[in-house]
Amino acid sequence: MNEPIHNTTSRDHGPETIPVVELRGITKAFPGVLANDHIDLALRGGEVHCLLGENGAGKSTLMSILSGMVQPDEGDIRVHGEPTRLASPKRAIEMGIGMVYQHTTLVPTLTVLDNLMMGALGTFRLDEAGSRARLAEVAGMLGVDVDPDAETATLALGQQQQIEIIKALWRGSKVLILDEPTSMLTPRGVEELARALERLKGHGMAVVLITHKLHEATSMGDRVTVLKQGRVVGRLEPDELRGRSHDELQPVIVAMMFGEQEEAEPELVELQEHVVPVRGARELPREALLELVDVHVAPRGGELGVRGVDLSVRPGEILGIAGVDGNGQRELAEAIAGQRHVSSGEIRFQSLHIDRLSVWQRERMGLRYVSDDRMGEGTVAALPVGLNLVLKRIGQAPFWRRGSIRHAEIERNAREKIEEFAIRTPGPGTRIGTLSGGNIQKVVLARELAHEPKLVVYNKPTYGLDIVTTRTVRERIEALAAEGVSALVISTDLDELVALCDRIAVISRGRIAGIVENGAGAAQRVGELMVGGQAEVA
Amino acid sequence: MSSETTAPSVTPGAGETAPVPALGRFAETAIRSLVPVLLALVAGGLVLLALGTNPITFYANVWSGGVDFTAWEDTIMRMAPLTLIACGLIFVFKAGIWNLGIDGQFLLAGAVIAGLAPELYGNMPDALMFFILFVVAGVVASVWTIIPAMLRAYYGVNEIITSLMTSFIGINLANILIKGPFQDAASNVPQTKAIPFTNLLPTIPGTRIHVGVIVAALAAVATWYAMSRTSFGLRLAILGANARAATHVGIPVARLIIVSFMVSGLFIGLAAASEIMGIWGYVRADWNPAFGLLVVPLVFLARFNAIAVIPFVAALALLTIGGDFATQEAGISNEFTLLLVGLVLLFMGVTELLGRNRNLGASYLQGIRRKVRVREETS
Repeated sequence: MNEPIHNTTSRDHGPETIPVVELRGITKAFPGVLANDHIDLALRGGEVHCLLGENGAGKSTLMSILSGMVQPDEGDIRVHGEPTRLASPKRAIEMGIGMVYQHTTLVPTLTVLDNLMMGALGTFRLDEAGSRARLAEVAGMLGVDVDPDAETATLALGQQQQIEIIKALWRGSKVLILDEPTSMLTPRGVEELARALERLKGHGMAVVLITHKLHEATSMGDRVTVLKQGRVVGRLEPDELRGRSHDELQPVIVAMMFGEQEEAEPELVELQEHVVPVRGARELPREALLELVDVHVAPRGGELGVRGVDLSVRPGEILGIAGVDGNGQRELAEAIAGQRHVSSGEIRFQSLHIDRLSVWQRERMGLRYVSDDRMGEGTVAALPVGLNLVLKRIGQAPFWRRGSIRHAEIERNAREKIEEFAIRTPGPGTRIGTLSGGNIQKVVLARELAHEPKLVVYNKPTYGLDIVTTRTVRERIEALAAEGVSALVISTDLDELVALCDRIAVISRGRIAGIVENGAGAAQRVGELMVGGQAEVA
Repeated sequence: MSSETTAPSVTPGAGETAPVPALGRFAETAIRSLVPVLLALVAGGLVLLALGTNPITFYANVWSGGVDFTAWEDTIMRMAPLTLIACGLIFVFKAGIWNLGIDGQFLLAGAVIAGLAPELYGNMPDALMFFILFVVAGVVASVWTIIPAMLRAYYGVNEIITSLMTSFIGINLANILIKGPFQDAASNVPQTKAIPFTNLLPTIPGTRIHVGVIVAALAAVATWYAMSRTSFGLRLAILGANARAATHVGIPVARLIIVSFMVSGLFIGLAAASEIMGIWGYVRADWNPAFGLLVVPLVFLARFNAIAVIPFVAALALLTIGGDFATQEAGISNEFTLLLVGLVLLFMGVTELLGRNRNLGASYLQGIRRKVRVREETS
C-alpha cells in the first residue's frame, strides 16, 4: 500500500460498526496496467462515500468489481460482514448493490414504468399494479415526483437520472453507486441530486459517489477516499470533513492527489479548480470569419437538431458553446464541418457561402473539426497512427503521388507530429486503437491543426482526458488563437469555457439561449441561461 | 493511463506496445487460415466414413481427379472465374459492403455475351470480339449491382437482402433471354447459339489453358495494388472499418458505396466472360455453376488480400474438379464438395471464436468494424 497521508483506520468509528459492504485488499490487473492495487474500502449505511480520482485512477474498475461485472484477482468482499463472491451483476443486485451508470441504460421509446419493469423481469407475467406501487414508494423515498406513463425520451436528463436511481433501488438495494452522476446535469440538477442523496442517507442507504470534481466531494461526501493509479492515496473521515469549508479542504485533497507534484506544477491545481476567468477583453478584428445566420439542421433519430442559430466568430476569437449534452451541439458542429446539410439558413466562412461545400472542400479552406468521439469517429482504430494523421489528406501530395501511397512521407510526417505533439506511441506503425484516449486526442489535434487551420471547431476537446493532457490541449487552443486561428469550443464543462473563451454562447434545445462576454460573473450568467433553457423541458 | 479495455487484444496505456505474439504474425495468420480447412477435411472424412466411403481413398481421388493427366489444366482454368470473383468481392467486402448477388450478376452477364457473341463472330477479328465481350460482360454485371448499391447508399437498405433478391431476378432474366431472344433456332434444347469450339479464347501455347487465366492473374495483381497502395483502397478500408470516420474525414460515402459495388460487378462480369468464352462458347438455360457463395469464405480466409486468395482458390478449384471424379468413384452425390465448403465456413466461425479468446492471430474481419470496443474510462 502506498503511504497514506491521512489515517486509514476507519473501522473503529462511524455510525455503524459493520459496514454494509467492505472491500479488503482488492487487486485487479489488466494487460499492461494495475487498475486496482490492494484497495480497502468500507461502505457504511447513512453515508455518502466519495471516490475521488483522475481518469484512470481505478475508480471505474473498483465499481465494476462491486457491481459484479469484473472479478478481482485478489482480495475479499464482505457484505454485512459475510465474505461474498459477486460473481455476476445479478448476484450483486441480489446482495443489495445498485449501480447508476454515467450513460443512460433506459430505453428511450418505452415509458418510465416499462423501463422499470424491464429491470425486474424474472416472472413471466408483468406485475403492473405492483410496479406502480413500488415506483410511488421509491420515488417517495427519493423525494421526487415521477410520471410512470411518461415516455422516457421526453424527460430531461436530470429526470432520466432519477429513473436510473429508482431502477437501481428497485430491488431493495442497500448500497447505491453513482458513476459521475453530475456530468450531465445543470447546476440545478446537481442540487436536486444532492437533496435526493440526502434523503437516501436518511433511509440508512450507503451511497457511493464517483467523481473527479473536488468540490462535489467536499460538498456532498461524508467520507472521501482518494485514488491514484489504482491505489488509495488518502482518506478523509467524517469528523475531518465536518465543519471545514471547501477552501480549507481543497489543499488537503490536492496534496493527496498530486503529492509532491503540488510544488512542481501548481498550475495543475489551478486547472482542476478553475473558477477565475483568465481571459479578459482582447482587441479582435471586427469582421466575422465564420457567420451562421438562422441555421436549421434537421434532427436524426432521437436528436433535437438545430433550430435557428445565429453566431459569428471573429478571427482569433475563442467562442464557447455551453450547454447540457444533447441540446444540438453535435448537429451544429457537424453542420459547420459539412458532415450534414443545413436545412435552412446560411453558413458563411471568409464571407463565402459554404453550405453546399463538401467536408473536404471546407477542410481545404482551413475549417477544421475535432470530433467529440475521438475513437468512434475521429480516428480509425484498426489503422496505424501514421495513416490516421493523414486521413483528411488521402490521395493528396506529398502523401500520395501518381495515385500511389508514399509510406516514407507518411512516416516522416508522423514522426514530426509525434515529436511536436508529444504523442506517446511505440511508433508511427502502431494501431491507434491501442493508444490511450489522451494520445488519440493528440493525434486528432495534430491532424486537424496541420496545414494552416483558420477556424477549428472543438467538440468537447478535453472530455475524458487526464489533467496534463487537458492542460496541453487548452494551451494549444489559446496559442493558436493568439496567432489568429479562431476556435469554436463546445463543452459541457463550464469551468473550461470560462478559462478559455472570449465569449460564451449557451445552447439549449437547439437554439442559442444567450451569449455572454467572458469576465467577472460570466459563469454565473451562463449557468442561469443553462438553467433557464432547462426549465423549458422540465 | 486514461483508457481501459475489456478486450484482450487491445492493450491500454500510453505508449505501451501490444503484447508480443507467441508466434510470428505470418505463422499466426497461416494457422488461422489453414486450421478451418484442415478441420473441414477431417469432419468431411467422418461424414464419408458414415457414408461407408474410405476418406483417404476419397481425398486421394480428389487429388488425382484434379491433377492427373490433363486434369490440372481444368483445375487451373477453373481458377480463372473463381479468382476474378474473389477480386470483385474484395472491393466490396473491404468496404464492409456485402454484395451477395454474385450468381445473378454472373449469369446475366454470361447470357448477354452468349447472345451477343454469335452476332459478332465472323464480322470482326476474334481479338476485338473477345475484347468487346469482356467489356460488355463487365458492364452488364456492373449495372446489375446499381439497384442494391443505390438503395444502400441513399436509403441505408441492407444490401445483403437486396443483392440476393436482385440475384434471383438476374438468374431468371438470364433464363428468359436464353429461352427467348437468344435461343438458338437450330437447337431444340433451350440454349444460345454457340460459337465454334475451335474459336474460343486463345490458349497458352502447349496447353489447353485459355488466356482468361492470365486476365485473372492480372486482375489479382491489380486488385492487390489498388487495395494496398492507392487512395481508393484506403478509402474503402476506412469505410469498412469505421463508416462514421469516413464521413468525418470527407469521404463521399454514398458515391464510394456505389463505385465499389460497380467495380465488384465489373470483375464478376469478367469472370463470366472468361468462363463462357474460355470453356463453353454458349450458355444453356438453367446453367448455374454457383461459384459466388463458394468464393465468399475464401475471401475471408485470405483476409481480403487478392494475392493470398490464390492458394485458396487453387484448393477450391482442385476440390471442385477432382471432387467430381472422387464422388463418382465413391458413388456419392457431387454435392459433397459443397458440404466441404460449408464445413470450412463453419470451422472458420469456430476458429474466429477461439482465436478471439486465445489471441490466435488476426481476425478474418481485420480492419472491418469489430464488436470489441475500447471503453474509455471517464471517471
